[in-house]
Amino acid sequence: MKHGKYRFLAMAILPALALHVIFVLSPYAQAFYLSLTDWTGVAGQANFVGLDNFARLGEDPLFLSALGNNALMLIVVPLATIAIALFLASMLNLGGRRGRAEVQGVAGGKVYKIVYFFPQLLSVPIIAVLWQFVYSPNNGLLNGFLSAVGLDGLARTWLADGSVALWAVMAVMVWSAVGFYVVLFSAAMDSIPRELFEAARLDGAGRLATFRSITLPLVRDNVNAAFVYLGIAALDGFALVQILSVGPGGPDGATEVIGLGLYRNAFSFGQFGYASAMGVALFFLTLTLAVIAMRSGRRTKVEMA
Amino acid sequence: MNPTTRRSVLRGALAAAATPLLAGCVTAGGGDQGPALRGQVTKDNPLGVALDAPLEVVIFKGAYGDQYALDAERAYNQRHPQAKINHQAIQKVGEALQPRFVADTPPDVVDNTGAGALDLPTLVKANQVSDLSELLDSPSLHDPSVRVRDTLLPGVVDDGTFNGRPRALNLVYTAWGVWYSRTLFAERGWSYPKTWDEMLTLCGEIKKSGIAPWTHQGKYPDYVGDLLVSMAFKAGGNDLLVAVDNLEPNAWKHEAMINAATAFAELVGRGYVMPGSEGLSHTEAQAAWSQGKAAFLPSGSWLESEQKGVTPENFQMVMMPPPQLSTSDKMPAAAVRAGGAQSFIVPEKARNRQGGMDFLRTLFAVPQARRFAELASALPSVKGATEGLRLSSGVDSVRNAVNAAGDNAFRYRFRTWYGTLKKSWDDATGELFTGRLTPQQWADRVQRAADAVARDPNITKYRR
Repeated sequence: MKHGKYRFLAMAILPALALHVIFVLSPYAQAFYLSLTDWTGVAGQANFVGLDNFARLGEDPLFLSALGNNALMLIVVPLATIAIALFLASMLNLGGRRGRAEVQGVAGGKVYKIVYFFPQLLSVPIIAVLWQFVYSPNNGLLNGFLSAVGLDGLARTWLADGSVALWAVMAVMVWSAVGFYVVLFSAAMDSIPRELFEAARLDGAGRLATFRSITLPLVRDNVNAAFVYLGIAALDGFALVQILSVGPGGPDGATEVIGLGLYRNAFSFGQFGYASAMGVALFFLTLTLAVIAMRSGRRTKVEMA
Repeated sequence: MNPTTRRSVLRGALAAAATPLLAGCVTAGGGDQGPALRGQVTKDNPLGVALDAPLEVVIFKGAYGDQYALDAERAYNQRHPQAKINHQAIQKVGEALQPRFVADTPPDVVDNTGAGALDLPTLVKANQVSDLSELLDSPSLHDPSVRVRDTLLPGVVDDGTFNGRPRALNLVYTAWGVWYSRTLFAERGWSYPKTWDEMLTLCGEIKKSGIAPWTHQGKYPDYVGDLLVSMAFKAGGNDLLVAVDNLEPNAWKHEAMINAATAFAELVGRGYVMPGSEGLSHTEAQAAWSQGKAAFLPSGSWLESEQKGVTPENFQMVMMPPPQLSTSDKMPAAAVRAGGAQSFIVPEKARNRQGGMDFLRTLFAVPQARRFAELASALPSVKGATEGLRLSSGVDSVRNAVNAAGDNAFRYRFRTWYGTLKKSWDDATGELFTGRLTPQQWADRVQRAADAVARDPNITKYRR
């Protein structure tokens, strides 16, 4: 009997495992190996160069500015997205008050939830093209809006001004991600027993105190997961930058991200080996981030008794 | 999560990674197609094509379509009736062909064009493209007394040559310059300036009339960058151009470079460039120009077909060479950057290499080139291919510019040869055009990038 069980388990697991090894693990292994070669990407031969490619990373000014930009994105994008999403989700689910103790969402919350989710339905290239129109210097929505409300002084060539270009890109990332996390946090908040909020309200807790002491600790797991996902997204940003930014990656490296450098080195410069080294570096950065986020999440976990 | 499991997985991955390392080969099994097929060399078959060898042709199907290639294949078939032709018209050439180059099973002839084309210097470095000397020295199809080499427009062979070996042939003859609307200029009584001083005077006048004198595709700074270095090369002469291509020290700091950079910085400084141009994509900038919001625009000869549908009728677009910096320029006012685009290559490992070359011999003969000109309304690289053809205003102006330039058509290669230098040049030019770099700083930065390429042992160097 036991024998049969193992055979069944093997049959269930092995095909998926085989696919995973062939299509996920083996490309990873290959990238690790390629990062130690000078492979051009267009021939079957490659020479082993040891850690040369990794040494070159440290001297590549574009890679270094990409690291800096990705680091800033890593701080700003998850924080901003999660803050906005938490605010919107708690307004949608717990913002309303009725009677002496009842806690509910604001009116029309369901409609808002759907509207916020819209950007999630668009693919990144479409979002990028859309925002290119928004940021367009002469007849773009943003500059048009600014001049309509008399703030002409603030209008600028958003994507060609090195001091604001990266912020313009990050704003798009936040805009396109918020909706998903509103829905995620809403679901988490839905599962918190209403009595907790009502008890807090009876005890005289305001919205902010309720949020800090009840809502946030009880959706902590979701917030941690969000940090990991958003962190990974912030370390990427390739597709958006590739289509939206000047250059791309400009002006003058202002919006350069690791993925873009990787793509350029592989497909424009014929340096697949060096590009693989960038990929390996990115892999370890992402892995480190995920581990840190998971560990910090474990410590602060609150059990609902 | 069991740490021992994780470690053993990692060990396994490392072991798997090390296996191909020992072999020195990227892929496990490269398919061997066997030796290249060859036939008898005869008067009618100077390249020695194996008569029954199948031919695989890969064409980039972009703005020019692929009908011209189908026609050329039919002509090839008339001469080699036994050859079975496999015609593939695709958009993402690189994506489709990269694995086949890696596996040593490439097609026989490739139109390596489009946004996703493979990097030609990389292919050359990896010895994946045939030396086309044999083809160039064979008799041309339309006039057997002339070698193929001598039927091509000036610079076409040079443009595909890497360290003395011709590796690619460009079908389209392209010239780069400044575009304007003949109708608009005739209406206002403006005429195209010959020198930069005249340009500045005219720009003042244009600005007064309420039109922005210039706009450019700021999102991709090489549009203006090409114009800038073209002006510098006209002023500094061929010696400067060769010095830049050969990565010689201080070439970018040459007086002519600084003067050209200063000239463009002045354009920006005097407010002669449409505000916001530095953030415009080529579509946006060119649309603004077609709508008459700006008078001048830098681009290459493809502009007219790109602007079909957004340009009003009777706009009559014309391309002119960039003006001279001063009358003491080393090259005449008519000198223009001209050379090839749409690169055809014959893979080194192609099974039917001779057939691939013979296909190019067919395509680059006058009847097929003329057919291409008719179908694509573009200038082919073959001498006399457009004689007697009625051309549109833009293509006609390009042909006139090329004829007027004659031997003074020039071409530089640094941007194709050295991708990293091109990137730094792009970035610096973008900064120059927003006034964040001075002309001197611009030159210093590009020179630093050129020096870095010259020092880098990983980059194959080419000389001319």
